[in-house]
Amino acid sequence: MTVERIASVTIETPEGVSFSYPLAGPVTRFAAWLIDALVIFTILSALSKVVSIIKPLTSGVGSAVGIIGYFVISIGYGMFLEWRWRGQTIGKRLLKIRVMDAEGLRLSFQQIAIRNLLRAVDSLPVLYAVGGVAVVVSRHAQRLGDMAAGTIVVRQSRSGLVIPETLRTGKYNSFAAWPHLVARVRQKAPLDLMAIAVNALERRDQFEPERRLELFADLAQKFREIAAFPDEASAFLTDEQYVRGLVDEMTRVRRR
Amino acid sequence: MILDLAGFIETERVYWEELRATLDRLSLDSEARMTLEQVTRFHYLYQRCGADLARIGSLSTRPEVFDYLESLVARAYVELHDAPQRSRFSFWRFLAQGFPQAFRRNIRAFTLCLLITVVSAGLGAGALALDYDTKTVMMPFAHLNRTPQQRVREEESAKHDRLAGQHSTFSAQLMTHNIQVGVLTLALGMTWGLGTIVMLFYNGLTMGAVAFDYIHAGYTPFLLGWLLPHGVIEIPAIMVAGQAGLVLAHALIGWGDDTPRAARLRLVRADVFTLAGGFAVMLVWAGIIEAFFSQYHEPVLPYALKITFGLAELTLLTLYLARAGRR
Repeated sequence: MTVERIASVTIETPEGVSFSYPLAGPVTRFAAWLIDALVIFTILSALSKVVSIIKPLTSGVGSAVGIIGYFVISIGYGMFLEWRWRGQTIGKRLLKIRVMDAEGLRLSFQQIAIRNLLRAVDSLPVLYAVGGVAVVVSRHAQRLGDMAAGTIVVRQSRSGLVIPETLRTGKYNSFAAWPHLVARVRQKAPLDLMAIAVNALERRDQFEPERRLELFADLAQKFREIAAFPDEASAFLTDEQYVRGLVDEMTRVRRR
Repeated sequence: MILDLAGFIETERVYWEELRATLDRLSLDSEARMTLEQVTRFHYLYQRCGADLARIGSLSTRPEVFDYLESLVARAYVELHDAPQRSRFSFWRFLAQGFPQAFRRNIRAFTLCLLITVVSAGLGAGALALDYDTKTVMMPFAHLNRTPQQRVREEESAKHDRLAGQHSTFSAQLMTHNIQVGVLTLALGMTWGLGTIVMLFYNGLTMGAVAFDYIHAGYTPFLLGWLLPHGVIEIPAIMVAGQAGLVLAHALIGWGDDTPRAARLRLVRADVFTLAGGFAVMLVWAGIIEAFFSQYHEPVLPYALKITFGLAELTLLTLYLARAGRR
């Protein structure tokens, strides 16, 4: 039997809107676990120091506090932080991954508790070997604890939006004098050609110079085939200026 | 298609930023609650951004805008479609109702655990009866490998309290170790129950061998006085852990059930969680009793008293699990 793994989980809301969560891979998850293990080790070392100080003063109670504290921190670290930070621990925060309900709903404490308790089996025999294999072979990259708890671990999407420079330059646009031709291009140009042109303009600085020339020459040629502008509109324009001017003018039309 | 994408972003981003700010605020506090007015506004922003996402979805030129909007809508969806307001967790309600009810709902799994334990205990006793040399294999613990005679003599002639000043430490060790065993027994349910069965079987095998060893040597009162006070709670607690593991395994396997696996697991999640809490509480109690009571023998504590105490606990536990929380 083969299981088709998917890279993201798509949720469709009752309002008919779809969105997807990119799933976190095993390496990222393991790295997050390593960070958490380091944090737990640091906390336990601090606890051990405290216990060694209070132990002579409290008879056996100090050791008992140490043993219970060790146990509670080992088991409770993940549960507490995932509950307080909505699916994240320190390791997960640093690596920008998050535990989520597999259906996109809010995590319940039951889910968090079960996925953390089942680390007992996922961590067998060493270094989360069972859990790692499960993540690799399962459709939704779930370890056994995730399956039981109905959770997935996703990569966190960006939290801010950087709006790149708009296409408009505010400069004189020679294509503006030929609205019927601009309208023709708008009408006849395939959607994917428009999409490629807008994309190319927004990312033009990222291309190698030669590739940039080739790409805009190609695009300009495609637009010229749709509608031929008089020389007054296009003379002395490079291919890139041609595409930029035309797209700029086309995207203005609806605002008027 | 939105041709004036730049204008679209300029118009809408104020709403996107408002929704993001609200979500960021909520993400800092899992207990945060909004007023009705805030929820209304939040819902409006969610719908507006959802509509924007749908509009922009056809435009592949701005993946970063799509990703950003998608993440906003996804985060808002989580907040809006949260489970109905749950009442605060009450430990008393959990003990008085939740745990015994969950136990009874899954009584068949517990019965199976009991059966496995009894059968394996019988096998353990039988193996020792047939070949006493298997003792070292079945009881790989130094303190159990002494002969019953040696152990009883040492315990009954002790001139001082071996655990003086160490009760709390010993109790904490017992609690944490036993809870770890319980958690592993539960978690191994995800191996289609095989691991859970092996844990229960091994537990029963050891118990049966120990019991046979002491009974065969003529120390039944010592055995009962030693084991009953904590064992009547500890052994059922491990069986409850096994019960939770088998409930998980049953949902995982789904014999004769066409419901998708994820849905089956979702249905048993609350019971597994409750049973886990239940056996943890039982093992805390058992740890206290074992450290502070079980380790004292005659002449310090009469066996009759210890046995009576153990039987009383067993009766109360049975009544509690059978009757508590009934409507």
